[in-house]
Amino acid sequence: MADFDLGTGRDEVQLRFRDDEQADVAAVTVDSFLDQVDADAVRIEPGDDARDLLPHLARLRLVEVNFPSHTDGRGYSAARLLREHGYNGELRAVGDVLVDQLRYLRRCGFDAFAPDRPLDEADAAAALERFAHVYQATTDKAVPIWSLRHG
Amino acid sequence: MYRYDQYDQAMVDARVEEFRDQARRRLEGKLTEDQFKPLRLQNGLYLQLHAYMLRVAIPYGTLSGAQMHMLADIADKYDRGYGHFTTRQNIQYNWIKLEEAADLLADLATVEMHAIQTSGNCIRNISSDHYAGAAADEVVDPRPYAELLRQWSSFHPEFAALPRKFKIAVIASEKDRAAMRLHDIGIRIVKTAEGTLGAAFYVGGGMGRTPMVAPLIREFVPLDRMVTYAEACLRVYNRHGRRDNKYKARIKILVHEMGAEEYARQVEEEFAHLLAQGVEPPAAELDRIRSFFQPPEFAVGLPEEADRADPDFALWLDTNTHAHKVPGYVSATISLKPVGGIPGDATAEQMHLMADLARDYSFDECRVTHAQNIVLPHVEIGKLYDLWQKLEAAGLGTANLDTVGDIIACPGLDYCSLANARSIPVAQKISRRFAETGKGAALGELKLKISGCINACGHHHAGHIGILGVDRKGVENYQLLLGGSEAEDVSLGKITGPGFNEAGIVDAVETVADLYLARRQEGERFLDTYRRLGMDAFKEALYG
Amino acid sequence: MKIVTGNDLKTGEVVWWDGQGWSIHITDAVDAGENADTIIATESASRRVNSAYAIDAEQTDDGPRPAHIKDRVRALGPTVRPDLAVPAADYVGWDWVI
Repeated sequence: MADFDLGTGRDEVQLRFRDDEQADVAAVTVDSFLDQVDADAVRIEPGDDARDLLPHLARLRLVEVNFPSHTDGRGYSAARLLREHGYNGELRAVGDVLVDQLRYLRRCGFDAFAPDRPLDEADAAAALERFAHVYQATTDKAVPIWSLRHG
Repeated sequence: MYRYDQYDQAMVDARVEEFRDQARRRLEGKLTEDQFKPLRLQNGLYLQLHAYMLRVAIPYGTLSGAQMHMLADIADKYDRGYGHFTTRQNIQYNWIKLEEAADLLADLATVEMHAIQTSGNCIRNISSDHYAGAAADEVVDPRPYAELLRQWSSFHPEFAALPRKFKIAVIASEKDRAAMRLHDIGIRIVKTAEGTLGAAFYVGGGMGRTPMVAPLIREFVPLDRMVTYAEACLRVYNRHGRRDNKYKARIKILVHEMGAEEYARQVEEEFAHLLAQGVEPPAAELDRIRSFFQPPEFAVGLPEEADRADPDFALWLDTNTHAHKVPGYVSATISLKPVGGIPGDATAEQMHLMADLARDYSFDECRVTHAQNIVLPHVEIGKLYDLWQKLEAAGLGTANLDTVGDIIACPGLDYCSLANARSIPVAQKISRRFAETGKGAALGELKLKISGCINACGHHHAGHIGILGVDRKGVENYQLLLGGSEAEDVSLGKITGPGFNEAGIVDAVETVADLYLARRQEGERFLDTYRRLGMDAFKEALYG
Repeated sequence: MKIVTGNDLKTGEVVWWDGQGWSIHITDAVDAGENADTIIATESASRRVNSAYAIDAEQTDDGPRPAHIKDRVRALGPTVRPDLAVPAADYVGWDWVI
């Protein structure tokens, strides 16, 4: 498989929660990214170690995390790790991304979604708005319930 | 007891509406069964042999009278008048309709209950010592720590699609009444010589296909870092746990293959990183939760002895009560194991009665035990006779706690789509056999546990005597295991040899019990005699 | 013979393919022959059944008898609760299960 056409294109992104302009870049595999000094977009597969990217966060403009199956949750940890280490660029969930995962994905730092099968927009909006509160502190800056309780 | 505030209630209410919406989308065809399955499972809804089954969470096994009444009402309104208490201190209903499940959940939410994460590959309901807050031997009530972890694990965004299910138990005494080391994470709250509390983490235990006793991963985690440490444990598992083979996906396999030391090292690394991420709730939150678990207003100067004139009562008193930290009180166990009954089943009527008895005799509190019984944690010794008479009248007064009649059994092939053989009929026949021969009482403590398949919901590896149902060419067959224990003397049972048919397994249990009666030394339990004699003596008796 | 079984999507009840639709009585089950996969696909897609599958069964005087005990338990109900058996399940009796 050629690396250069691996990633999802800009027009495949169905939901985006960023104000900046979408970069027109193509994501390459983690191995390929690490081999190239000027690559600025990467695609993480479930078996990849997101920690390998930590020394290179500054040059990244797009990170795609692939979910070949929605039941494989490694991408959640990969996303949080990148955010916790300061990655601020677009973090795009691609693949078997379903309505009912959106809330969790958002909380782990994803801000763009390119699902294999388009989501019902009304269902997606409802899923994202349903829970007013959260129990945990993550990198999404939502104020956890314990913080609301104790000011 | 813990009570919800506006936030807890809002979370549960939102979850009900989310599930209502998911069920609607499934019924309308917007979700396939493959897509819906993980969603319904994360809300405890299975498709079993005969119908949908719903598992309701009972956090750390603690229930108020009002909650128990609601469980009874649900059994009547949505099911067929009964429920089944499980080995993880939950309750499950066997005949639920998908189209009514959201209404059921809405009813549950009115008494601060839910079915969140009672199934699926996520962090499950957190179990604990059923005598928590009452036991004379605990260093502290473990439930506030379980509650803190309950909130942390509820809708945890990073751990919603783990390699496999994940079970946590929290205890706070040397005695282990929660099978702590047979959990994915077992936490023991400990106290240092200086009086500082902390959490010992055991990680990578479990029963099922490859049973393992969890090794100690960290001796002492300060309580104000417990959530962070748990998060580190889970992150290492989520990233590196095996996903290529369902049967090797539990954390016990990761810890075993990686080695406990290497796993601990990686957790430490992640822990150090996460400490800077602010994931730990403040001490004020733990204080707030603790304030709900203050001891009730115990009376002083109560009688410490009961009137033993009635011999049946005296037997129940000796068998089914446990020492309490406050003089004049005991914890009393209501056996859900009548002779020949279905272990763990209770009718709506019995649940209503237990709820009333909890209100009248135990500060409105009861507990579900992992052995599928109900505990009234704080009963005045002077009122035990009254209580027992009411239990007897309702078929709930059986005096058999931790004896051969107190059998743990999974639902087995009578209900469960994973089962290979029926468990309940075997339990019923063994229970009747020992009641008829009168040997049950002589045997003393003898924990017998039956699973209908290798998944071990009936804890067969942890039974002094364990029974595992298997499918042998389409016929039910039962393997016998000896020498397991889920307690502080934890060990895994070993298979005796070739299996037995249904009649044969009942005889085999009697054979090993007879050998114990013949060979025991002063003060020995069945397990002690087995450990002293070894397997060969028992094999000889069984197979000649 | 091959018979097809599943659960009703809304109620979860155990059902058997009777040639035109789904019955709670295994005695109504018909030989699906080569059509099992088609029946499962169309009936699942139209959401008249959930988690359907085909099983081997033997045609007996009492009607079809599934080859595996699991499906015989499904046909009648939990053996430990005869009071909850599928209505009119007395047509075969509990010995039929084991």
